[in-house]
Amino acid sequence: MKRMTLHCRVNGEAVAREVEVRRTLADFVREDLGLTGTHLGCEHGACGACTLLVDGRSVRSCLMFAVQAEGCEVQTVEGLGTEESLHPLQQAFWDHHGLQCGFCTPGFLMAAAELLRRNPHPDEPAVREALSGNLCRCTGYQNIVAAVLAAAESMAAPRA
Amino acid sequence: MKPAAFDYVAPTSVEEAVAALSGAGGDAKVLAGGQSLVPLMNLRLAKPAVVVDINRVAGLDGVTVRSGFLSVGALVRHADLAAHPDVAGWPLLRDALELIGHPAIRNRGTVGGSIAHADPAAELPGVLRVLGGSVVAAGPNGSREIAADDLFLGYLTTALEAEEILTEVRFPALPAGAGSAFVEFARRHGDFALVGAAVVVALREGGQVGEARLCLIGVGPGPVAVDMGGLQGKPATEATWAAGGELAAAACDPDSDLHAPAEYRRQLASVMTARALALAAPRASEPRR
Repeated sequence: MKRMTLHCRVNGEAVAREVEVRRTLADFVREDLGLTGTHLGCEHGACGACTLLVDGRSVRSCLMFAVQAEGCEVQTVEGLGTEESLHPLQQAFWDHHGLQCGFCTPGFLMAAAELLRRNPHPDEPAVREALSGNLCRCTGYQNIVAAVLAAAESMAAPRA
Repeated sequence: MKPAAFDYVAPTSVEEAVAALSGAGGDAKVLAGGQSLVPLMNLRLAKPAVVVDINRVAGLDGVTVRSGFLSVGALVRHADLAAHPDVAGWPLLRDALELIGHPAIRNRGTVGGSIAHADPAAELPGVLRVLGGSVVAAGPNGSREIAADDLFLGYLTTALEAEEILTEVRFPALPAGAGSAFVEFARRHGDFALVGAAVVVALREGGQVGEARLCLIGVGPGPVAVDMGGLQGKPATEATWAAGGELAAAACDPDSDLHAPAEYRRQLASVMTARALALAAPRASEPRR
């Protein structure tokens, strides 16, 4: 079979699309669904830019075929927050200068989102370990780590 | 970068998977976690006509303690095995799992895939070999067990036949009282190691080395088992661990490549081995009288 119909949920919405089986999940969300927040860097699993969540776990979407997401819940950076209401991680990246050019940022956000879901109070080594698969050529990582630690704090604080 | 076109098959049983492989005339690849295969396909270094995705095959995701070994289904993800309570009894495996790639890789990558892919710098083949483990492979004529010593034939090459799939990996328990350690050196955290050393050490009454086992990764076409008989009866001291390092360096014949020259890899083999021995020995307990 060279084409198949894929059924999954993307950012909470049911999706049914015919795709070429060689379509990577990254290309599927970008090209077929127009969700271009997921960025593609190396396309062979080295840079982490295309990281998104499948059934709540971070995966490199360039290393997964779209058809493998059959029946799965996919979350991209578009499902994290909105322009009007940023996710605490997005707000913290803004506040702490956790990005410069922004190319790697969606991947970092999704990797960090998985971390904070599993471990709401990570220490710095845990943050660095969780983000170790993502490359950033601008920031030197310090501000990204600071942003994730700050987001963990703001998410733990009781809502005003 | 897009993979070349292929036919996709997603069997739900081992029998269907074997049939799909048998029907592909040798031009099929098994897709498990995809963390090694898909990069090769994206780069078009691999262009299989058929991809047999075994992720929906039932019964390959179990982790079970059996008599003397830990049975790990081929589809168990690194992250799931690392989090499994039974891995506490397999400290060498637990230590090695933490060194595999990054979280997103460990979320997808599978134990069976790592073994079957047989990258010479991968951790799990080294663990399997130093423990004297085995795998179970299913083929058209049923299942067979393959000892780790007979499995790794060369660079990215195993004794698995084209129509066989690896279904289970068997990690033996450490000998009673033995200590273990896995030490590796990588240029960046999470990269494939330049060189790694998996070590098992048992002590005699009185504290001398009883049995010592070593398997190196990154210094040959597959995991390289090194005879450490020369350490038997020696005291558990830094000098002995350094001598072990020299045995390791003398036993391996690494190639030079883009990442490191052969001399550097040989030096790393010595240092990683000595460090691993020094870590493993205090974890061993002397037999009681």
